Amino acid sequence: MQAEAIDISFKTELLSLYQQMYLIREFEERSGEMYTRGHIRGFLHLYSGQEAIAVGAISTLEDRDYVVTHYRDHGHALARGMDPKHAMAELFGKATGSSKGKGGSMHLFQASRNFYGGHAIVAGHLPLAAGLALAARYKNTGGVALVFLGDGSVNEGEFHETMNLAAVWNLPLVFLLENNLYGMGTAVGRAHARGGDFDMAGAPYGIACAVVDGMDVLAVREVARAAIEKTRAGNGPAYIEAKTFRFRGHSLADPVNYRSHEEEMEWRKKDPISLLGDRLLQQDLTTELELLEIRETQDDVVREAIRFAEESPEPTEDELFTDIYA
Amino acid sequence: MATKTVIEAVRDAMHEEMSRDQNVLIMGEDIAERGGVFLATDGFIDDFGSARVIDTPLAESSIVGIALGAAVNGLRPIAEIEFADFVWPAMNQIVGEASKVRYGTAGKKYAPMVVRMPYGGGVRGGLYHSQSIDVVFAHQPGLQVVAPATPYDAKGLLKSAIRSNDPVIFLEHKRTYRLVRGEVPDQEYTLPIGVADVKREGSDLTVVAYGLMVHYCLEAANMVAESDGIDAEIVDLRTLSPLDRETILKSVRKTSKALVVQEDSLSYGIGAEVAASIATGAFEDLDAPVARLAGPDLPEMPFSPALEAEYMLSPEKIAAAIRDLAAY
Repeated sequence: MQAEAIDISFKTELLSLYQQMYLIREFEERSGEMYTRGHIRGFLHLYSGQEAIAVGAISTLEDRDYVVTHYRDHGHALARGMDPKHAMAELFGKATGSSKGKGGSMHLFQASRNFYGGHAIVAGHLPLAAGLALAARYKNTGGVALVFLGDGSVNEGEFHETMNLAAVWNLPLVFLLENNLYGMGTAVGRAHARGGDFDMAGAPYGIACAVVDGMDVLAVREVARAAIEKTRAGNGPAYIEAKTFRFRGHSLADPVNYRSHEEEMEWRKKDPISLLGDRLLQQDLTTELELLEIRETQDDVVREAIRFAEESPEPTEDELFTDIYA
Repeated sequence: MATKTVIEAVRDAMHEEMSRDQNVLIMGEDIAERGGVFLATDGFIDDFGSARVIDTPLAESSIVGIALGAAVNGLRPIAEIEFADFVWPAMNQIVGEASKVRYGTAGKKYAPMVVRMPYGGGVRGGLYHSQSIDVVFAHQPGLQVVAPATPYDAKGLLKSAIRSNDPVIFLEHKRTYRLVRGEVPDQEYTLPIGVADVKREGSDLTVVAYGLMVHYCLEAANMVAESDGIDAEIVDLRTLSPLDRETILKSVRKTSKALVVQEDSLSYGIGAEVAASIATGAFEDLDAPVARLAGPDLPEMPFSPALEAEYMLSPEKIAAAIRDLAAY
């Protein structure tokens, strides 16, 4: 009886990972359409292909933990529980957006979920994450900060400064590097002294390093859980490199002329959503019908988010002068 | 004469200078193989090779710092900051180091380098792709800050910037890149840094502006000429530092009224410096207090297109300010 109960809760958990990854994919692909149609303006960076990382890692966090991320942030916000309606409305620049339209796609933020953005400056958010960790320890909350960064961050000074301080101060901070192989149009090997081998990037600072297949949500979850537990226990910062690929360009304005179609197709074979779905089917933990129902439900969620964003009002003129000082 | 866009003029200026002088090289993020995020260096890697057209990691502090080291060692590097909003990590290298080389070595060393960056709003760029960073650099002696508005000025000034023996912050308004077209001579020319230009002659009042705002002011001047018969003179600063106070004062002495227009937020801005210069140099010629029209004092440009439109100046808003001043 007990074994069966564990299985059922395990199954629910796995299906939840599938559902979250699919939600993000659908959210991203429909946002892309909205951008093409001119409903979303400016710059839009899609997370398609990298879903397993945000979903796997964030699924191991507690409410008291912090999430900080880079500008490709829709997936992290959704995985942390942001209402897709508020996320979509923010992309549209509407008054009902998570930051009332002031931030936009790259600056999603939700204090109630300890989701600290959404930062457009590469590596600029790393010291902030260390500060969150410092405060968590000072207040003795037991909280851990999980910071997502891109491969380009490793070459910025703030990466090295934050790694060093996190180690010196033994901060409860987990660095999760999403290596999608290209910093905008530059292949990682062309910009990094070790040819884009980031697996030991924490080692010079004495930070424990791990590498994980970023297309495998269960593997990400396992590695992230171990790192977060170790960090929460007071053993100092941890560093994880997740190897992944963005299925779309750097942004929707990117012609993607710096990598081959074949490379993209190879990575698409490792699509994290189908990978998990197939595994669940093989182990008889779900049925085609159940997965289809999950997908259809999430399609509705995203459709509703778009409808909400479209029907929401623009921010009013007076909103320009709010939120400046206390 | 050929008609060019601002981005074409920028590209031509660099291409000509790189062809002319082996010591000119360019470095920045995605500038070589990709040709730059705005394609300012499209094809340069084929024409000049990877020793002179250098893709860098994301590392703004190093991009500028390495350019500075190369500059004091005899080269003429152009450092491209992909968006001006990304320049902050490099502030120490620009303000703390590059600006002080000549003074600090009593002239024994100097830094012939250009830091180019696309700046400015009105492109739905939101918080980190819209910033006006102009005044921060204009405040720092030792730097020259150039902010052209037209293809002709951009080309002539960028060539001078590359040939200058002191650091130049070269600001390219990204909204003008493809929006603004203009005549550019086929033959070689340069324009002096530190000289403003009267873009429209007028007798009723003087409007001082730079960058994208020059074009908005010209539109506004046409609007008020038609609707109210107001004849505005438009002075394009072209260089923010050193400031061409003579051209400004000459115009104000003629018109007796001045409006300074800047996209950047109001307080402590370029407009304040221009207004103070007019108050000091042309007080007795003034028929009205110097007026300023600027972006609001807000921490950043909001993303929402509706709020961005509120934030940004427009020809209509400028026309209204011109009418107010004319009526004083």
